[in-house]
Amino acid sequence: MKLADKTAKELQELLHSKELSIADLTQATFQRIKDLDPKVDAFLALNEEQATKQAAEMDQMEAGERGPLFGLPIGVKDNIVTEGLETTASSLILKGFNPIYNATVVDKLREAGMVIVGKLNMDEFAMGSSNENSYYKNTKNPWNLETVPGGSSGGSAAAVAAGEVPFSLGSDTGGSIRQPAAFCGVVGMKPTYGRVSRFGLIAYASSFDQIGPITRTVKDNALLLNAISGHDEKDSTSANVEVPDFTAALTGDIQGLRIGVPKEYFAEGVSEASKQAVKDALKVLEEKGATWEEISLPHSKYALSTYYILASSEASSNLSRFDGIRYGYRTEKAGSLLEFYMNTRSEGFGDEVKRRIMLGTYALSSGYYDAYYKKAQKVRTLIKQDFDKAFENFDVIVGPTTPTPAFKIGEIIDDPLTMYANDILTIPVNLAGVPAISVPCGFEGGLPLGLQIIGNYFDEETVYRVADAFEQATEFHKETPQTWEGAAQ
Amino acid sequence: MAKMTKEEVIEVAHLARLAITDEEAVHFADQLEAITNAMELLNELDTENVEPTTHVLPLVNVMRKDKSIEGLPREMVMKNVKEHEGGQVRVPTILD
Repeated sequence: MKLADKTAKELQELLHSKELSIADLTQATFQRIKDLDPKVDAFLALNEEQATKQAAEMDQMEAGERGPLFGLPIGVKDNIVTEGLETTASSLILKGFNPIYNATVVDKLREAGMVIVGKLNMDEFAMGSSNENSYYKNTKNPWNLETVPGGSSGGSAAAVAAGEVPFSLGSDTGGSIRQPAAFCGVVGMKPTYGRVSRFGLIAYASSFDQIGPITRTVKDNALLLNAISGHDEKDSTSANVEVPDFTAALTGDIQGLRIGVPKEYFAEGVSEASKQAVKDALKVLEEKGATWEEISLPHSKYALSTYYILASSEASSNLSRFDGIRYGYRTEKAGSLLEFYMNTRSEGFGDEVKRRIMLGTYALSSGYYDAYYKKAQKVRTLIKQDFDKAFENFDVIVGPTTPTPAFKIGEIIDDPLTMYANDILTIPVNLAGVPAISVPCGFEGGLPLGLQIIGNYFDEETVYRVADAFEQATEFHKETPQTWEGAAQ
Repeated sequence: MAKMTKEEVIEVAHLARLAITDEEAVHFADQLEAITNAMELLNELDTENVEPTTHVLPLVNVMRKDKSIEGLPREMVMKNVKEHEGGQVRVPTILD
């Protein structure tokens, strides 16, 4: 059995019994990344020197001071700032940017004793669903290297799927954790908005962005969410609510659980295999004592338009800080200050980022504000109310994570509307702010499919309990891609 | 159906401080027109009496204590600045 096959608990046991040192585990992780990443292209930067030093120091610490994640390796999405480790959000405009402080989640990883091994590729500023919008490289799906890993947290999902790291952090604004998790056959959780601090997350759309864990099992996912959750006075939108031990929810008992299955999530465009995988999953949950009923979330079809108006508007404001003055890329061609700004930004941003900045600027501009921005905010209310009503009668809402499995690299990159439609089943969750997970639930043409389980506000516990019960009853999470075998460790 | 012209795109790009060529403006005009047309789907809904949602959590007036805290040291702040002098950031000429 390779180290890559082991769960957090199994790795911790090896460390505890001294069969394995943290230094050895760290070294093996970097070796595996070096063996596999030339094919997968998940990592943008490696933190080898610091991580090796940290691991050696941690081996000297007393066993009593060690938590469940102590000494375990993790990769971090490149829009989360890491002190002294280049952070670009996969954009040219942040090339060479060396943050001078850590995101709150990064401090929390360090407190838990985790070893950050590197930064993971993504769509530029988290705008995209395929990782093709990265300025630096295309990450490949470990299940088929000609297909995309999904996005925007594509590097985070691919690195875990290939077993390069057992843990990663992603961020989810319209599906950016769940969609790549589904495409890569791993577990990805978008927590309730406000559950995890956004301090140090490079902002895309502030009223939607949320950081969350990507792992191979539900239990490991819950362990990582335990470590990163909690109120943070540096993020005024972080919620001051108690953080339970999410692993305590993994009882396997879902007797009497009420599941709502929205008919809108089985509409045109959703593949037959994807629908069937969800129906099969519902049977598994029924056998464990849950009941399900078809429900309606009637405003679902308006979610995509609502999201692109609001997220682009917020982005146009958030991304105005990138001006080439205080950090990042700076143009060589400038006479006046205005030219300096305009050239820096048009040279530094990619096309999708420019499209969303312009769309947002347009939606917020005088004469269009009411027709687009305010209208979308009102529809957001209707979408939120759909969820509020559903949760009066149901404990969770279940459906597919994506309409189809991963598509080929280059297939739809020039067609923004088709690309946006990838997120049609994940976006409503961000508009409402509720938590949702994607867990592996089947395959279509050798590519993984994801089951999406959506919970009520701050009820990640029920989401995890259902996800874990499903995982225990199925074998999908034990499947590994062919890429997996390409390394010795 | 709203028509997005090249001139409108150039105007919006200017507001967003993006320099774009005429050719790019034509390309973006087509794409943005398709996107904004798709968004007009929202006009099907009567939202006359619906309150807008700006934020999903019931948070109001989140404030910290009115107490000064130390900022970052100046040399740290200057670490990523490409051109600076005497602790100040150098920018192109503002006034001719």
